[in-house]
Amino acid sequence: MNLTEFEGKAILAACGIGVPEGRLAGSAAEAAAVAEALGGPVVVKAQVPAGRRGKAGGVRFAATPAEAAGHAVALLGTEIVGHTVRRVLVERRLEIRREIYAAVTVDPGARAPVVLVSAAGGIEVEAQAGDMRRLQVDILDELSDAAAGALVAGLEGGASLAGLLVRLYAAWRRHDAELLEVNPLALLSDGSLVAADCKLVIDDAALERQGLMARAASETTDLEREAAALGLNFHQLDGNVGVLANGAGLTMATLDMVRHAGGAPANFLEIGGDAYTRAKEALALLLRLPGLRAVLVNFCGAYARTDVMAAGVAEVWRALAPVVPVFFSVHGTGEDEALALLRQRLGVAPFDLAEDAARAAVEAAAR
Amino acid sequence: MILRGSDRVVVWGMTGRQGSFWTERMIGCGTRVVGGVQPARAGMVHLGLPVRGDAADAGGFEVALLFVPPAAVRAAALDAIGGGARLVVVLAEFVPVQDMLVVLATARRRGARVVGANTAGLVTPGEGFAGIMPAFNPRVFRPGRIGVVSRSGSLGTLACLNLVRAGYGQSAFIGIGGDAVPGTTSREALQALEADPRTQAVVLLGEIGGALEQDAAGFVRDMRKPVVAFIAGAAAPPGRRMGHAGAIIDGVGETHEAKRIALEEAGAVVVATPADLPAALERRGIPT
Repeated sequence: MNLTEFEGKAILAACGIGVPEGRLAGSAAEAAAVAEALGGPVVVKAQVPAGRRGKAGGVRFAATPAEAAGHAVALLGTEIVGHTVRRVLVERRLEIRREIYAAVTVDPGARAPVVLVSAAGGIEVEAQAGDMRRLQVDILDELSDAAAGALVAGLEGGASLAGLLVRLYAAWRRHDAELLEVNPLALLSDGSLVAADCKLVIDDAALERQGLMARAASETTDLEREAAALGLNFHQLDGNVGVLANGAGLTMATLDMVRHAGGAPANFLEIGGDAYTRAKEALALLLRLPGLRAVLVNFCGAYARTDVMAAGVAEVWRALAPVVPVFFSVHGTGEDEALALLRQRLGVAPFDLAEDAARAAVEAAAR
Repeated sequence: MILRGSDRVVVWGMTGRQGSFWTERMIGCGTRVVGGVQPARAGMVHLGLPVRGDAADAGGFEVALLFVPPAAVRAAALDAIGGGARLVVVLAEFVPVQDMLVVLATARRRGARVVGANTAGLVTPGEGFAGIMPAFNPRVFRPGRIGVVSRSGSLGTLACLNLVRAGYGQSAFIGIGGDAVPGTTSREALQALEADPRTQAVVLLGEIGGALEQDAAGFVRDMRKPVVAFIAGAAAPPGRRMGHAGAIIDGVGETHEAKRIALEEAGAVVVATPADLPAALERRGIPT
């Protein structure tokens, strides 16, 4: 889960990393008051849990409180990189001598934490990838001052930068982060280092022990929000063939079969893992997709029992009596019971090959 | 990471509902399950097997199979590795990534291997299985010469079903799991199958997201055995996590297209849909 800049900076500050003076504002009047209290030039920054905010116009400079209020009016309530701006962060504008890039993340190849640092930070940092220094950290140890010092040897900011990286790694570790990125890390004219921005992504699998509540992604539709509340992994797509399958891999492959047959899937909806018992709720939700012309059910049970899933589907189908046709392919654990049940209750015979069921669904949707 | 009938398996969480269900099936398939570990149930006998408090009491074993919830994986895996496990299979989904990094670093130090997290496990038809795959279903698994590597249990099941329907059997199924940072990579699974004398050809089931397939392609280039692959997610939009933690297109190299090209350039055949897997093996001259 992405935290907002303000949330991330609160964590940095608690870990002993310098952040600019500033406060959140939810209105123009509040923004002006914060700017007034800070005195001098400020930055007004839209607080959305996503990157590339600067390039989208979400960061604006103001010389006076009145100007800060104007920027707050322009930003609040608008959408930036897919998120509605509900608050802005008003901060003292920094006199930056150099923009540094510093981050800690997981190197999936090495299967270990990696610390990244570059003397050429800022919004074009991706273009400067060649200047990036990398240090793989043994997660069974802490990042040592000596190792951090060797990493930044010769860089402006020197010893204080090494110390900051040690604290940044500790923060990454303590907060179950996937990514903790400070870009730019501002080197000020007095030699101090201040985190001018912060991107902190907390591991979704660790939200509970971090005491955090999952935040719904901004792009979610009403159906997607309902699905999330039911604990189902659901994405609304723009096709007309509804897809219900078990397991992420099989569900993806089933969408591919629809496309391979010349059709367009209406959704991704996974009921794998323990969610396989939720086929009923999942199907009821799927049937409300706008523009749905056919439904494809592809079960391949390993852990998931196809008889349990088929019973759920049959129950919903009989209760809601949808007008769209449904096409099945059912294999694996509980297959014989599932086939008998579908034949008895719905009077349908599943296709042997999932691809044939997909083709039939695509043809039906085109009619 | 190819499970053998001689491997002694200890099941963490064996007395739970799922642990019991699958342990019974593993035993039915000939797997050499020698006991369970469940601290709260230490001393009891379950399914005719002893339940112990930790790995140190579990006696000699090679494989630790973890039927524990995600928050308990780290402690169970470290216990298993400390107790001498050669191979730790982690079934749970949603294990915090930093927990897995600690487990993997510890395993590296001790010379142990981890498969998963979020894997459906390992199957060697005719010898046994460790995990949640329908190894007991003869329509899905039968002894043969095709090695199967999969990030997904459900898609792996479908592919194995297609193979058996066409007359092929499997030498081994290696589920590497759907996490973004897997204990065993596609490449490592291919290396094991290339070295396995009973494997004649390999079916690789990949997904969008991450760099596992590109990494595997670097080894496919050097393989003597033919590789036939299917990459799920051609129809998936970028930026949306498709169920598996690893299945999200964040960068150009993570798309279906990029992975297909990498594998094809390395000499693999990439099929458009799972039903085409057997025909592709046949065209490579692999007898059923």
